[in-house]
Amino acid sequence: MNAIEPRPGHALPAGTPVVIRKQPPEIHCRTPFYLRGAVGEIAEVRGCFRDPSLLAFHKPGLPMRVLYRVRFKQKDVWPEYSGGPNDTVVADIFEHWLDPIDGVKKV
Amino acid sequence: MSSSHGHHHDHHDHDHDHDHDHDHAHPHSPPAPDDADQYDRYEVLLQTALRELLDEKGIITADALHRQIDYQDSLTPAIGGKIVAKAWLDPVFKKKLLADPLKTINESFELDITTPLDLVVLENTPTVHNVVVCTLCSCYPRMLLGIPPAWYKSIDYRSRIVVEPRKVLAEFGTHLPDDVEVRVSDSTADLRFLVLPYQPAGTEGFSEAQLAALVTRDSMIGTSLPLSAASTSAHAQK
Repeated sequence: MNAIEPRPGHALPAGTPVVIRKQPPEIHCRTPFYLRGAVGEIAEVRGCFRDPSLLAFHKPGLPMRVLYRVRFKQKDVWPEYSGGPNDTVVADIFEHWLDPIDGVKKV
Repeated sequence: MSSSHGHHHDHHDHDHDHDHDHDHAHPHSPPAPDDADQYDRYEVLLQTALRELLDEKGIITADALHRQIDYQDSLTPAIGGKIVAKAWLDPVFKKKLLADPLKTINESFELDITTPLDLVVLENTPTVHNVVVCTLCSCYPRMLLGIPPAWYKSIDYRSRIVVEPRKVLAEFGTHLPDDVEVRVSDSTADLRFLVLPYQPAGTEGFSEAQLAALVTRDSMIGTSLPLSAASTSAHAQK
C-alpha cells in the first residue's frame, strides 16, 4: 500500500453526492473530460496520494491529495445511454477535482 | 497525444489519408488495435532518439533496457489465473485478497511484486459485472497480467467501452442480462484493477489447476467471461 490515511476531517464519506469540477485542465490531468460537470457519488476513499499532475513535472507532488473512487450512473453521464438501467462507470478522482453537492461534512 | 480528452477526440485527432471507415465498418469484431502507420513516423523516431540518448549518456544502458524488456515479457496472465482459481476455492483467501490484494498475493504465492501503485480486485457477482479501461492512456495491472493486448490500448476500445459497454462486450461474445449492473472502472490515477470473474457453473470439484485453465486474460479485464466447464471437458477429450 502506498496511500496514507487522510487526516480526520479531510475526506468525504462514501455515499456523498459530488459534482466533478469543470475547471481548466492541468497539463497532466487525470480527470477524464467526459466526467467534467457530471454528478456521482463517493464509492470509496482510497487514501492520500502524491499529486500526479505535479509529479509529472519532477515536483514532489505535495500536498498529497485524497483519491476517491467516484461512481456515476451511466444515464447521468450519457443522457442517451441505452444499456442496462443499473449500469455505472467508476473513476478515480482526486479531491481537488470534485465538490460535495449537499455541503456534507468531511470525516 | 490528445487522448487525455477521452472520446471527444476519438477520430479527429489524427489525419487519415486512407479511405476505410473506422467507425462502424466491422460491427461484429472486437475493437481493433490502432493503425500501425499512425505511429510509424514521429513516435518511432522519438522513441529511438530517446533510447539512444539515454544509452549514450549512460543513464539507462541498452543492457538494462533489454533486461527490463525480458522481465516485462516474462509476466503472463497465468499469474492472475492462479490467483482467481485460488479465490474460487478458498473463501478465506478471497476475503484477504479483496481486503489487501498485493500483500495477500505476495504471501500466498511466494512472490515479491513491488509497485508504487495500489492494486484493487473487483469481484464479479451474479448482479455486478466489472470491466476495466484506461481512457487516458493504457494503465493495466502489468504485474499480474503482463503486457496489455493491443486492443486494450486502442482509441477504439478506450473511447467506446465507457459510452456503450454492452455493445463492446457483445463484440467480445459477452452478453449480460439487462438487470446485471455493468460497472466500467476507468483507471485514471494510482490504482490498478484486476477483475475476479464469477466462477462458472458446473465447476464444483475442479482442482485449482483445472480452474486456473478456465481463467482467460480477457476475463480478468472483464471483456469476457471465464471459459465454461463444458469447454474444458470437450478440450480434454480431443
